[in-house]
Amino acid sequence: MFLAVRELRFARGRFTLMGIVIALIAVLVVLLSGLSSGLVNDGVSGLKSMQATAFAFDSGTITDNAFSRSLVDQKQLASWQAAEGVAKAEPMGVSIVNGETDAKKQVDLTLFGVEPDGFLSPAVSSGSRLHAPAGIVVSETAKDAGLALGTRVTLDRTNVELTVVGFTKGQATFGHVDVAYLPVDTWRLIASGTAKAGPPARAEISAADYDYSSVVAIKAEDGVTPDFSSIDSTAGTMTMTRTAAFNASPGYEAETMTLTMIQVFLYAICALVVGAFFTVWTIQRTHEIAVLRAVGASAGYLLRDSLAQGAILLIGFTAVGVAAGVGMGALMPAAMPFDLEAGPIAFASLLTVVLGIIGAAVAVLRISRVDPITALGGQR
Amino acid sequence: MTDHATPPALEIIAAGLELGDGDARVTALDNVTLTVAPGEFVAIVGPSGSGKSSLLAIAGALGKPDSGTVRIHGTDVTTLGRSAAARFRLNTIGFVFQSGNLIPALTAVDQLRLTARLAKNRNADPLGLLEAVGMSHRAGNRPGQLSGGERQRVGIARALVNNPTLLLVDEPTAALDRARSHEVVRLLADRAHRSGVAVVMVTHDRDVLEHCDRVLEMTDGRLSEPALVV
Repeated sequence: MFLAVRELRFARGRFTLMGIVIALIAVLVVLLSGLSSGLVNDGVSGLKSMQATAFAFDSGTITDNAFSRSLVDQKQLASWQAAEGVAKAEPMGVSIVNGETDAKKQVDLTLFGVEPDGFLSPAVSSGSRLHAPAGIVVSETAKDAGLALGTRVTLDRTNVELTVVGFTKGQATFGHVDVAYLPVDTWRLIASGTAKAGPPARAEISAADYDYSSVVAIKAEDGVTPDFSSIDSTAGTMTMTRTAAFNASPGYEAETMTLTMIQVFLYAICALVVGAFFTVWTIQRTHEIAVLRAVGASAGYLLRDSLAQGAILLIGFTAVGVAAGVGMGALMPAAMPFDLEAGPIAFASLLTVVLGIIGAAVAVLRISRVDPITALGGQR
Repeated sequence: MTDHATPPALEIIAAGLELGDGDARVTALDNVTLTVAPGEFVAIVGPSGSGKSSLLAIAGALGKPDSGTVRIHGTDVTTLGRSAAARFRLNTIGFVFQSGNLIPALTAVDQLRLTARLAKNRNADPLGLLEAVGMSHRAGNRPGQLSGGERQRVGIARALVNNPTLLLVDEPTAALDRARSHEVVRLLADRAHRSGVAVVMVTHDRDVLEHCDRVLEMTDGRLSEPALVV
């Protein structure tokens, strides 16, 4: 890196201009990564936090919005509960509702009906866990919407009244709507359309003749992967792993694909811009490279040196861009789904650097084609 | 002058080289034979396009002749591959280019340090060499801050940093005034005679030939003793 470092210092104007472009790309990469993480969390953090291995939907349900489309019955649930390799299989109801708080504030909630003592029942950061038939545990982020412990939420049309008894640990959203966990039997009563206005009572719930749920949540035995396709054919279901089921949440696939496409373009632009810069830089240095090769420098040495130059430039200015991006991310409005997570940012930054180096590598390969004879008789 | 116990520093035997294609094909070297002894300073003069640079290229293992042999201290460099030739140049040959051909980003002393590092030469004395060519006071200056003569002196020091036994010099006075030209060529002659380095210098400048041991003329790819040396 003897020559690389000195050239960086010597041509600092040119390299700084290039570095600023790299830093701006890194800023965009961080902002897109934050937006991507934010949208993912807003879309499926309720699923991400669950301990489920997979979800079984009714056979034939189309993937998009599958959670709210699917209906599974007790027989299907029983098939999964009896299946080999399955530690637990519990019913889970999913529906998105509109409501109004007792302070007359309109709220949207995704109702997740779960067994109060089951593995899907959420831990709480405040209040109490699921127990009461009319009690709901809502996402911590719902506090921003004005919900507090004891807040009564009246659902539109049915006028069923639910009361906030606890808040989850961290964000739990689904389809960009705060999740409200409630006992699955209460969810069934609401889903059956027979619920009376007011808080659901145990007697009313017991009398409801509706045994369906949206999906079966499956927890596999430790270290075992159940034969999903075989069980599906027996139970008449269609199983998706928890991660694959993200695509079954509203708009998730469209959003992530859009952002992924933008990110891919950004990485390609980074590689092309860095490649173009190093192409011009290498062409400008052709005579100098010929002199070094005539003196006896190997092409390998010169290639390594040029790549080191690219790596220093990319790592240094990507770090600057990431720092600026993180700083800008902290200023994002709360309404924007934006989450800065170390993992995705590190991955995106690494990809920026690696693709930039690949771009530079393609450009500096022309070093190996420089003929040392051209050092003779040249003018400088 | 030749010591029979040691091979010649440079031995070119019946070298032939043609360049270009089709109608543009020209004979750059026509059955050229040249022997240079250690410590000898040979100048090759001739008009542009006469084949001087081609001769320097094959003498420096930068290219291979179509026919004939090139031996440097007994090693037939026409049989070396690209990597082996590069290593050979690094350890055996010093190049002094037109106008110095220094690396713009490097200071005078770093020009020498880089060449020493390429050869993994830990015993190199860059500052001492700059001192020897009268450039130690400009060690921290880049080429852009040096005059033409100073750049050429640094170029000579760079060529000597790995203790080569053959110095190939390409038009060293092309950009220099008369006084500086004599200064630079005197420096090369002094180096050849004092440390036994064989020097082959290609030049247009007949004013500086008085410092050389032998002068040869290149015409249309053929090498001969000149009819008259001024």
